[in-house]
Amino acid sequence: MSIEFRKEYFADERDDNLNEVGKPTQRQDALGHVTGRSPYFDDHLFDGLLHIRCVRSPHHHARIRRIDTSEAERMPGVVRIITGKDVPHNLNTLLSLLDFGLDDEPLLSDKKVAYKGEPVAAVVAETERAARDAVAKVRVDWEELPAVFDVEDAVKPGAPVVNEVYPKNLFVYHGRYDHQKLRYGDVEAGFRQADRIIEGRYQMSPIEQAPTETCGAIAAPETNDRYVVYTSTQALFFSLDTTSKLLKTPSNRLHFIGGTVGGGFGGKVDSLHEPMAVLGTMLTGRPCKYIFDREEEMQVGAPRGAERWYLKDGVMNDGRIVARKFVGYFDSGAYTRLSSYAIIKGVGHLPGPYTIPNVYADVYCVFTNRTPATAMRGFGITGVDFAIEAHMDKVAHEVGLDPIELRILNAYRDGDMKAHRRLAKNTALIECCQVAAEKAKWPLSQAASQASSLRDGGGERGRLPAHTATDQNGLVSGFTAQSYAKKSRATQPSATPPPQMARHESAPVTPRVEQPRPQPVQPASAPPPPPAATEQRHTRFSSISGLRRR
Amino acid sequence: MAKKPVQFRLNGSEKAVFVDEGQNLLDVLRRGVGDLTPKYGCGQGTCGTCTVLIDGEPHLSCLTLAETIDGRQVSTTAGLARGSELHPLQAAFMDGFAAQCGYCTPGMLMAASALLERNPDPSREDIVEAISGNICRCTGYEPIINAILAAAKAGGARRYG
Repeated sequence: MSIEFRKEYFADERDDNLNEVGKPTQRQDALGHVTGRSPYFDDHLFDGLLHIRCVRSPHHHARIRRIDTSEAERMPGVVRIITGKDVPHNLNTLLSLLDFGLDDEPLLSDKKVAYKGEPVAAVVAETERAARDAVAKVRVDWEELPAVFDVEDAVKPGAPVVNEVYPKNLFVYHGRYDHQKLRYGDVEAGFRQADRIIEGRYQMSPIEQAPTETCGAIAAPETNDRYVVYTSTQALFFSLDTTSKLLKTPSNRLHFIGGTVGGGFGGKVDSLHEPMAVLGTMLTGRPCKYIFDREEEMQVGAPRGAERWYLKDGVMNDGRIVARKFVGYFDSGAYTRLSSYAIIKGVGHLPGPYTIPNVYADVYCVFTNRTPATAMRGFGITGVDFAIEAHMDKVAHEVGLDPIELRILNAYRDGDMKAHRRLAKNTALIECCQVAAEKAKWPLSQAASQASSLRDGGGERGRLPAHTATDQNGLVSGFTAQSYAKKSRATQPSATPPPQMARHESAPVTPRVEQPRPQPVQPASAPPPPPAATEQRHTRFSSISGLRRR
Repeated sequence: MAKKPVQFRLNGSEKAVFVDEGQNLLDVLRRGVGDLTPKYGCGQGTCGTCTVLIDGEPHLSCLTLAETIDGRQVSTTAGLARGSELHPLQAAFMDGFAAQCGYCTPGMLMAASALLERNPDPSREDIVEAISGNICRCTGYEPIINAILAAAKAGGARRYG
């Protein structure tokens, strides 16, 4: 049914003579699922399997004075107790594999914990029961520290330092700014031009992915001095490379098997279990399983992070939005994980599927003493979309327009310039609104029901703003890009002094003149010449860090 | 710890195992006799993915003491198909895209098969009630409910060993 609808609306755009797309196709794993034979990580049985359970912080923020494992070591069934000093490279950030961000999170902290449930030791025992009993006997001498739970409190001067790698509790983008910026046109000029200003504050909660299968991994010694790892990971190569990095073990000694995931929804990318299971196997020579129980999955498993958004719209009386300003705070929890990336993705999405000539965003990735946040289904987009769409309803109410009409009026259309400076194509918000209205039997004006994404876009709407107001707000210094790929980690982390963050609060606003983007030209008959063979191939940089591959 | 001998029928086959005091049925099925079809989801009786039938009635195997099944009949998803011929519920779950990640599927199939055993022509409400103890995080339940309805129409009730 949905397929036919697509044909109707995009008949002149898409060739639907496709063999597979649009036809129901049986999932290749369906037979395994209905017969119960699909091999999830825990469906691999090993003789002599050991069980790993972690000693977790009961405090949101505390210094570790001492960890006493002597009594736990004497408990029946205990094979080994692992602490931070056993981890070869005990500091990591997931996206260091893409050269993005500084290593900021230990596998097992031995100095300080920054969220409730953070692991500080791991017991490896013959049975899960023995591991649980021994965990209860590990004595940790804590020095409790003041904690901060609110994103705006965390960035105030004098707030407790959650993550010492980022002393202002703010992730640093591109080594230069304490937030991710979007500048497109001049919102202040837009606000002056507008008939009215409409503001809103939107707050969402963290959301746990709650997969039916909890996160876990089993590692076992394999022939040729390798380790085989069965894992529930959603990101096999993240997990492989993270394990390789934390354990200083070449990845060709790690044989990772995944692919069958009992529900993930983003919560199975953090690669916490694989390094621990392999480390347990390295230290004991036996197969080891590390799995969250349900309580850990809910309490310690990284959720979709909470976001707080402030929106300010400049609106004309006829409903046209002429300027939109965002200030956003992502609650990253105690460590970066993927929140820094979520913000890059989210800022690329602003101001939502609308054509607004002046857009501004400052988005902060904030560290708090909450559970670290991670991926979940459209993270970086869904939170701000909630804010944007709630705000659209508010705008509609305040200017006295039907909320669907307001969306159609401001919807982007093919050929419009978007705030991230790409032309919009294959837009369909208008059609989406029209179908929703029709299904809800919601009357639309003639203009709205006859609008089309294919008409009236481009032209003036496809040009870049004549000038864009830029600024140096939030400039910081002292952060040099650390690169895992560049093998510069030998100088990190402990050898470098904590970076100092100098803020230049109100740097002058300087206009930036943009050249209109040239229209894409048809490919010339001859393809462009290949890059010169002598060109120096630089170290790989990821485009998400703002640097392109060279 | 004292081990206790337990004999039971699993999908029609005789099984004899020694179980630990306090060991649950899920663990005995998975690690004791190697039937990996029931899954661990919560270990506290809230998710239903470990559901098995004991004498035809659905039970949460993670909360069932293994020693209590001595002399009883246990059915799991491993016993649903007859050779390569799928049970109507399994076929309907495939046709109706009622399994996505597949992790809740064995528990759902057990809850649904118990329902069809006692009520071969269930209403939608009967189905919702029957699977109300089974959590699915992927499908939103609609495809599962529809698949069970389809299986009932296809004559899904069938007796197990």
